[in-house]
Amino acid sequence: MIVELTVNGEQVAARVTNPGNLLDLLRDQLGLPGSKSACEQGECGSCSVILDGELVCSCLVMAADAAHSSVTTVEGVSPDDGLHPVQEAMHRAGAVQCGFCTPGIVVAAVDLFARNAQPSTNEIKEALAGNICRCTGYGAIIRALEELGTGVDR
Amino acid sequence: MSTRTGRRVGVDPRGVIRDSPLRPDGVPKLRGEFAYAQDLSADGMLWAATVRSPHARARIVSIDLAPALAMGGVHACLTADDVPGRAMFGLEHPDQPVLAGDEVKFWGEPVAVVAAEDDDTARRAAAAIEVRYEELDALTDPEEADDRDEVFRRLSIRRGDQGSRGSVVVEGEYEVGMQDQAPLGTEAGLAIPDGEGGVDLYATSQYVHVDHEQVVASLGLRPDQVRAHPTGIGGAFGAREDVNLHIHLCMLALHTGRPVKMVYHRSESFTGHVHRHPAWLRYRHESDQDGRLVRVEARVLIDGGAYASTTSAVLANACYFAVGPYRSDSVSVDGVGARTNNPPCGAMRGFGAVQVCFAYEAQMDRLAAALGMDPLDLRELNALGTGDPMSTTGQVIETPLPTIDVIRSLRAMPLPEPAASDHHSYLPGGSGLTTEPHHVRRGVGYALGLKNLGFSEGSDDYAQARVRLTTYGAVVETAAIEVGQGLVTVLAQIARTALGISNVEVTHVDTSKIDSAGSTSASRQTQLSGGATLEAATQLREKVLAHHDGDQLDDDGVWKGDELRVTWSGLGEEGWDETVTFRHPPTTGPDENGQGVIHADFAVAGHRAVVDVDTELGLVKVVRVDTAQDVGLALNPQSVRGQIEGGILQGVGLAVMEELVMKDGVILNATFTDYLLPTILDAPDVEALLIEREGSWGPFGAKGVGEPPTISSTAAVAAAIRAASGKELNRVPIRPQDIALE
Repeated sequence: MIVELTVNGEQVAARVTNPGNLLDLLRDQLGLPGSKSACEQGECGSCSVILDGELVCSCLVMAADAAHSSVTTVEGVSPDDGLHPVQEAMHRAGAVQCGFCTPGIVVAAVDLFARNAQPSTNEIKEALAGNICRCTGYGAIIRALEELGTGVDR
Repeated sequence: MSTRTGRRVGVDPRGVIRDSPLRPDGVPKLRGEFAYAQDLSADGMLWAATVRSPHARARIVSIDLAPALAMGGVHACLTADDVPGRAMFGLEHPDQPVLAGDEVKFWGEPVAVVAAEDDDTARRAAAAIEVRYEELDALTDPEEADDRDEVFRRLSIRRGDQGSRGSVVVEGEYEVGMQDQAPLGTEAGLAIPDGEGGVDLYATSQYVHVDHEQVVASLGLRPDQVRAHPTGIGGAFGAREDVNLHIHLCMLALHTGRPVKMVYHRSESFTGHVHRHPAWLRYRHESDQDGRLVRVEARVLIDGGAYASTTSAVLANACYFAVGPYRSDSVSVDGVGARTNNPPCGAMRGFGAVQVCFAYEAQMDRLAAALGMDPLDLRELNALGTGDPMSTTGQVIETPLPTIDVIRSLRAMPLPEPAASDHHSYLPGGSGLTTEPHHVRRGVGYALGLKNLGFSEGSDDYAQARVRLTTYGAVVETAAIEVGQGLVTVLAQIARTALGISNVEVTHVDTSKIDSAGSTSASRQTQLSGGATLEAATQLREKVLAHHDGDQLDDDGVWKGDELRVTWSGLGEEGWDETVTFRHPPTTGPDENGQGVIHADFAVAGHRAVVDVDTELGLVKVVRVDTAQDVGLALNPQSVRGQIEGGILQGVGLAVMEELVMKDGVILNATFTDYLLPTILDAPDVEALLIEREGSWGPFGAKGVGEPPTISSTAAVAAAIRAASGKELNRVPIRPQDIALE
């Protein structure tokens, strides 16, 4: 079947043959490799995207179910040139190591700040509880988002 | 001719050593544009999949490829018969079949590989291959393997008067479960045939030159026919030292004449790479009445699984660090690296030092209790320092080893306040709302760990780096793998500092263009590749200055006094480059008593864990893990802190949740749903104190920092849980039932 949807503001159509998921559709057919596959089970959040305003693991969404929806990926969060404030804060704080979890964390954090401009530390942790990072121990990620929330420029 | 007044101003002063410049790969990683091995593609690319053994041990009776070959879109199905060169591979000993031939020896062992038009077809074809097995008795008990002399290595250490006896004795038996590195990126790669019988490999790796060596051997090619390219990877932690899909991809690419890609699913990743060795440890510590260690005896058993990988070296490390950062003049250690039909184990951050640390630190606490001493006082009394002989090997520690400073720093760090409220975010049961606040007990525990830096036991450990001048600055060329730790940042900082310029980039080049940088492991790259970069940049600067009769090099070019002798466009055209192979001080293998100058360098770290334990339900909240770590000189403080915080959380994971659960050689929890990893809600607050005593041979006095955070954090958390619960807890990970039901 042909699935039509809006991805990062652009109308796109893709042929979905198997019971594929939205993540594979984004990565393999739409040329958007920013969303990462790491667990295939919705446990790690590396594939996080915003689907019709909801933060979801794109590996758990059937591609066919994404028809006529609007999807924002990490590519859509990033300005054409430079970084989103969430990305900027993470960059400065040293919140990126291997970077494989980073796109998912960026999307989850952008989703958080869209709802709550001044999240508490506990709110930051709750919002990112679905994203596994194996490198940083999360400290730099928390510091980055705390600073962004309080408007303190280091 | 221009003068100094024309000099450029406003150059970003950040970016030399001791700064924490923005990492150069940060922007592409944040924007989702960084190319990982998973993201690569090539025109005409096929996808590969692997057929794996469903048995821990079995004879292969027959393999029928016909059902797979009959499927549309299937281009190749290869078995052991198709391996053109050396049938075996292995990081230290080539004992593992590229594809199993007569017998499979562990659950998940590769038996055949398939290439097809797409991933889905490849996986269906792999599933269609009919392998008939005759199951054989699997040896899965490492103690039994020891009895049957099924071992990869035995190592015995005897130092000092073996008749020495102390008046205070503590004994204990300890166990460490099998931890997985669980890097976020699974194994992935792309092999592209060059049309002339050779192949280019872009695959997840920590050590491309050793991949190259093994691909060349198993494909029966000349070294110049294979080029292994450093490729973007999602973490490593030891999991990528060994070959897994590398030879398979190259075989399929050469067989089909097409580029071939393979990406492991998570469950395959859990069987496709080696794990941290599970360990069984028996200890006896003896001291005098004042607490001075008189004798330490240890028996160390680790399960290497079916194939050698790095078991020999991990066992050796476990034995050499079996006493930790403490002095004892009488030591006996007997180590066994068992060969079983469990999944192969090999490198993981800490490399043998983690397992013994859990045991010897529990022993130190028991000894302190038996003596009625403060646990830190006991450690300080026995602290190993510069000028002391290692208790195990007798090697005199020549590098600064600030064990005492680590202990005193931990002691001076303030303890946290009790939980701010009964809000669930402060309780062990979290948002599950299961914890009754009156069941919560707080505990504090300490542990210290010692680790070697760089490769040991006489290995020729070196790294090559090249610094090349361009028309705009300098490029550092290396095959050293960036696993996320920030190597590309720190090498540029080192080169900027040595050259005195701002514009430095680090470029990865393949195995045909530069000699080995060695593995990104053993906490070694900042010291080894950093050392090579420093020497190359320093020599290059001196040569350029001498050639142009200058006295200073900066962002304008070469100056002599106020005279600009040559600009960067001139320097770039002249084509300057310098290649340096850096070696650390030589080491030796052990003598018959395990004695020798075994290690090139050492680092010590300590951790203080604070936990809240729900003693009714056995749930643990790790509140804080504070640390003091010997870092030599922190070349990039932000990256050092990143290594410390990340390493501590992996230690916390081993303490309270991370274990591959085995039954008869089968992993029961090979998914992220079932193998628990610490989330942001599990992460403790961390205060890190960097102890800076310049090391003896790293660039600018730097020491490796990657592994020490993982050595003693597990032991500190375990000690804290013991303090809160009053339980012995001789095994990690500590499960709820160990606290609530034992």
